[in-house]
Amino acid sequence: MISLLWLIPALPFASALVLMLFGARFSRRAVAAVGVGSIGLSALITILVAASFFTAPPSGNSYNQVLWTWINVAGFEPEIGFYLDALSLLMVLVVTFVGFLIHIYSAEFMIEDEGYSRFFAYMNLFVASMITLLLGNNLLLLYLGWEGVGLCSYLLIGFWYQDPANGRAARKAFIVTRVGDTAMSLGLFLLFTRLGTLQIQDLMLRASEQWPAGSAYAVIAALLLLGGAVGKSAQLPLQVWLPDAMAGPTPTSALIHAATMVTAGVYLIARTHVLFSLAPAAQFAVAIVGAGTLLLAGFSALTQHDIKRVLAYSTISQIGYMFLALGVGAWQAGIFHFMTHAFFKALLFLGAGVIINALHEEHSIFRMGGLRKELPVVFWTFLIAGCSLAGLPFITAGFFSKDLIIWGALSAEQGHPGLWIAGMVGALLTSLYTFRLIFRVFFGPLGTPVTKRPGYAMTVPLVILAFLSIVGGYLKQPLLDFLHSVLPPTIEAHIGALKEIHSEAIAALVFLIGLYFAYLFHLQKRSLADAIVASPVGRTLHQWWFAGWGFDWIYDKVFVQPFIWAAEINKSDFVDGFYTGVAGLTELFYRVLSQTETGRVRWYAMGMAAGSVLFIAMVLFL
Amino acid sequence: MLVRRNLIFVLMSLEVMLNAAGLAFVVAGARWHQADGQVVFLFILAMAAAEVAVGLALVMQIYHHFRSLDVDALSEMRG
Amino acid sequence: MEIAFYIAGAVSVISTILMLTRMNVVHALLYLIVSLLGVAIVFYTLGAPFVAALEVIIYAGAIMVLFVFVVMMLNLGEHGAEMEKQWLTPGIWTGPVLLAGILIIEVFFLVRGGTAAVGTGAVEPKEVGIALFGPYLIGVELASMLLLAGLVGAYHLGFRKVEKPEIQHGRDTHERRAAAGGNPVLARTDQLARTP
Repeated sequence: MISLLWLIPALPFASALVLMLFGARFSRRAVAAVGVGSIGLSALITILVAASFFTAPPSGNSYNQVLWTWINVAGFEPEIGFYLDALSLLMVLVVTFVGFLIHIYSAEFMIEDEGYSRFFAYMNLFVASMITLLLGNNLLLLYLGWEGVGLCSYLLIGFWYQDPANGRAARKAFIVTRVGDTAMSLGLFLLFTRLGTLQIQDLMLRASEQWPAGSAYAVIAALLLLGGAVGKSAQLPLQVWLPDAMAGPTPTSALIHAATMVTAGVYLIARTHVLFSLAPAAQFAVAIVGAGTLLLAGFSALTQHDIKRVLAYSTISQIGYMFLALGVGAWQAGIFHFMTHAFFKALLFLGAGVIINALHEEHSIFRMGGLRKELPVVFWTFLIAGCSLAGLPFITAGFFSKDLIIWGALSAEQGHPGLWIAGMVGALLTSLYTFRLIFRVFFGPLGTPVTKRPGYAMTVPLVILAFLSIVGGYLKQPLLDFLHSVLPPTIEAHIGALKEIHSEAIAALVFLIGLYFAYLFHLQKRSLADAIVASPVGRTLHQWWFAGWGFDWIYDKVFVQPFIWAAEINKSDFVDGFYTGVAGLTELFYRVLSQTETGRVRWYAMGMAAGSVLFIAMVLFL
Repeated sequence: MLVRRNLIFVLMSLEVMLNAAGLAFVVAGARWHQADGQVVFLFILAMAAAEVAVGLALVMQIYHHFRSLDVDALSEMRG
Repeated sequence: MEIAFYIAGAVSVISTILMLTRMNVVHALLYLIVSLLGVAIVFYTLGAPFVAALEVIIYAGAIMVLFVFVVMMLNLGEHGAEMEKQWLTPGIWTGPVLLAGILIIEVFFLVRGGTAAVGTGAVEPKEVGIALFGPYLIGVELASMLLLAGLVGAYHLGFRKVEKPEIQHGRDTHERRAAAGGNPVLARTDQLARTP
């Protein structure tokens, strides 16, 4: 059973290929069957593999399946090989299962779109690349998957390519993640030249043997890998692409920019945790990045009015939590939060998609309202997901995972009270913006009327995900134990007066405070919210946070404008000038030499005479 | 030959040059007491004769065509 | 013997120089003939009587005579001399003189190294004949082919189509009739010539 591992990425690859080549000729139903079916089969095989893994765990708690050797040059031998252990198994389970639900959803969501087969081809390619990334047993194969998901992200963000704004958003995403990818490839170069291999397990072993804790190489390599992770996961300072990536279809946002691709960075750091353990400075950097991002994105989410942009900033913020967890050494907490986040964030996005569809492409929450009665299924599932996101105590999965992280930020060996405070403030913000969203969209007077109601294909996945958002939390202990085989346990170093139960209580309190204020400003006295925004301080803060703390503006001034200026200066392209110069030189020679063709016999005779004189002189005297 | 523009003079100068070369050959042959020098002179002579015949026929055609014996006027090439 | 060599040599050189500077073509030709005869004497003094004879008979006798014939036929005369004076500007001499000077210098360099012995004893025509029919047989064949080519070429190039007057007359009549639109009476008149 477990040897079916290779089928998990292979099936979506095959279906992507089929859809790309022949999709235009299939009927909608056939395309949906192929596109959704391949992911369904992948999910099924994953479950079978997982069952086999649990009942008959392979030796060393890991299973390595090598298909063939990819490259074999001078001792550099990366393979096409898949490595299954607790970490990758968990993540592949989440990716395939959530992916499957999203594919079912999009079979109905995209039904009217012209590029139906193109959409499924890209989505399948994406899932295949993501699984390759997760299962790859060497960093080169991981990088292949990394690039593959980046490509599919570009293709899917710019799916409706007729609108140039979508193309710009897609390009922005690609270029920003490229910056991260370059850092990552530099990290790969460093690791390979220093340690001689890219096989992940070997690499970790050699690193722990050869590099003492805190060595410069470890820190630099870890920081470079962090750079890659930051790009892909939209953290500080490369978080600017994710809000604009909402230009893509909603299922894309759900799959790529909520549940899977943006967590690739988290996976990378978790995979190479040995390296980060060897470089405490780099690990602390991870925590700082996480904490900073979650606060920044939280404030920004508070001011957005496009429903998808709120969710995008929320994603950035939640991944910040995951980074924070990894940074303080609470590895399992980070992965646990990934799982719960995948469930409720995908659900939130799918729900948003239903709302947008039902209200005929209305995106602004200030024009929505009163959908509680109109779209009941959506309301309840959205509410459950929102509570999970904000951390409703004891019922929702999100509470358990987020709380674990916040507690770890204080107590883990790299923890720090400042980080704990940041986590708590972030939780407050999360609660605030989530309930702002819910109150604005579902409560209050009816805004835009509902024109279309969703069918079963769109509502059933919502229900399943809602169920998981609740139940997932109870898997906490078994999950943590499961991950023990791969990730080191979190060492509780700083335990002072504050115990874990106290932290949980404070988190619950924070949730209620956020709920109350959101209720106050966005349901009861909406005028109060408007007044705050209108005041001078409020207005500047609002604008600043709305524009994502000005990062776009800074990047534009510092990078984009100088580049455009330099390109303008080089419009006549000095390199091109070199080549035209060669042509010009040849033409000059031609003009000069064509003077010798006079047609006069005496001239030619003179030429011959002079030549022979010269020749004789050369022979005699040289 | 390079100086004069009259075609006849050009041909005459050519004859002088051929003669000079032949002289050199004969002298060399006499120096080394071999018949080779004279043999080569004989060939040069034959070649000169053929060349003069053809050349003068050409001169007559040119005169008939161009009405002048100026070498520079015979340039019909462009460029 | 020596003195004959030097006198003949001097005559040749002076004659050639004179030939180069004449304006009249026929004068130049005559000087050339004198030069060739001088060279023949030089050959004889060097001990190559066969070649001396050949020089006189073929070179001076046949080739130069051909030149004289053609020049006479073209009939350049005074007009030609005028043209020559026009064409021969002093500036023209510089280039070739320069080149010739360089060559002479080179010849001096070459000659300096060699021994100055002039071998006595002639090379008999018999030896030349044996050489021709021996190792140089192919050369003889080629030379004969060359002469054949020259003969055919000269014949073809010299051939000028001499038109019989009847043919020219026939062509003229045809033209006039065509111009008159087929009217034979009109063709005979001079009015046709005046039409544009």
